[in-house]
Amino acid sequence: METVTTENSVGKTWGGGNEPMGASYGKLMMWFFIVSDALTFSGFLAAYGFSRFKFIETWPLADEVFTHVPFMHGNPQPMLYVAFMTFILIFSSVTMVLAVDAGHQMKKDKVAVYLFLTIIGGLIFVGSQAWEWKNFIKGEYGAVETKGGSLLQFVDKDGKRVALAEFAATLPEEREQLTRNKGRWFMDEATLPEYSVAEVQAGFKAHPDLFIRTETIYEDSPASEKDSKINHELTKHKHKTILTRSESELRLTQASLVVEGANLTRNEYGSKLFADFFFFITGFHGFHVFSGVVINCIIFFNVILGTYEKRRSYEMVEKVGLYWHFVDLVWVFVFTVFYLV
Amino acid sequence: MSHEHVSNTKRIWTVFGILSVITIVEVFFGITKPEFLHMNNFLSMNLLNWLFIILTLVKAYYIVYAFMHMEGEKSVLRYAVILPLIFLVIYLLFILLTEGNYVFEVFKNSTIKWNF
Repeated sequence: METVTTENSVGKTWGGGNEPMGASYGKLMMWFFIVSDALTFSGFLAAYGFSRFKFIETWPLADEVFTHVPFMHGNPQPMLYVAFMTFILIFSSVTMVLAVDAGHQMKKDKVAVYLFLTIIGGLIFVGSQAWEWKNFIKGEYGAVETKGGSLLQFVDKDGKRVALAEFAATLPEEREQLTRNKGRWFMDEATLPEYSVAEVQAGFKAHPDLFIRTETIYEDSPASEKDSKINHELTKHKHKTILTRSESELRLTQASLVVEGANLTRNEYGSKLFADFFFFITGFHGFHVFSGVVINCIIFFNVILGTYEKRRSYEMVEKVGLYWHFVDLVWVFVFTVFYLV
Repeated sequence: MSHEHVSNTKRIWTVFGILSVITIVEVFFGITKPEFLHMNNFLSMNLLNWLFIILTLVKAYYIVYAFMHMEGEKSVLRYAVILPLIFLVIYLLFILLTEGNYVFEVFKNSTIKWNF
């Protein structure tokens, strides 16, 4: 709103009282907020890149981690669900830009409808992300951590992943979960895994056709082809290394922990930092989507109440539109960095 | 004013089409991982990853220029927003990725095993 006098500013672009950048104060500040927020996300993604380069040989492969699709349980489909999420977000960006467009033409009803669709899209996206988190936290196969801190996963004779539940033995051992009502009020412990290390070891011994898959990504080279510890029938170039049976048994004696699912300390997918970055970056982005939905709701009610009709300008829709597109923009990069590259 | 308040719904749907096609292509390559792209390197990164990064930048361009309507803003605003971002991000990535790679080599060549 031009509340400042423009009388004395002729010929002085930056003298005040006009808009040297051709955008109102509010819009300009939204742009500069976006610049700083974009730098924040760049910092996170660059930190992810740093850690990934640091552990480049053992980083989890995304298409083996994110394979869940609703109603297709037990049928791993890499990428599909996250592609769906991407579409939802792009589409809600389209409805948002249509709302801005309708605002330019002062069509109140159209703005309201498009904003409503945008809000629905945002809610579907946040819900999908919650579901993705749930699967990530719950895990699917389970793994074992060694004393040296590396992660061992299990595969069958075709190289397919095997869940702990499919082979772990049941030993007559009791290990009760310590909860606050069993000890003193301050005493409890993290949820116990379903199987103990001894049960996994015994089960592995009883199933001679199982192998251990390590975190290391196999690279074809004359030296690695001669490595007698590697099961060369199952191991493929640029896939995780699978060990021979005898080496698998040897490696499993070093097991110290059973890992199921993911938390901030360890996860069954591989590098410990992987889950931390996943939670932090997608969480921070999800928080942005959530705030975007809340802001969109406020603007939506203002549109319905006719606030902008009275103001004769729908610029507020444009400003939240900028924020909403920015959230979409960040997701485009998160999508590439976490799921594609 | 920067925008003339004309309806440009056609442009919006075109851009939506472009973004969708790019996403489909990305997902397609992400699932199939064609050998000739995945196994060949250019500047120590495989061609598949180059493809993903380039497509992502194209998508980012369309979101910023069409959806955020950057193409209709004055060039002073355009460059005040875009140039610092491009410069700082490239700088940060260069520093951190080089350093990450260096730390990797330190671990790899050290006499102490850190993960076994």
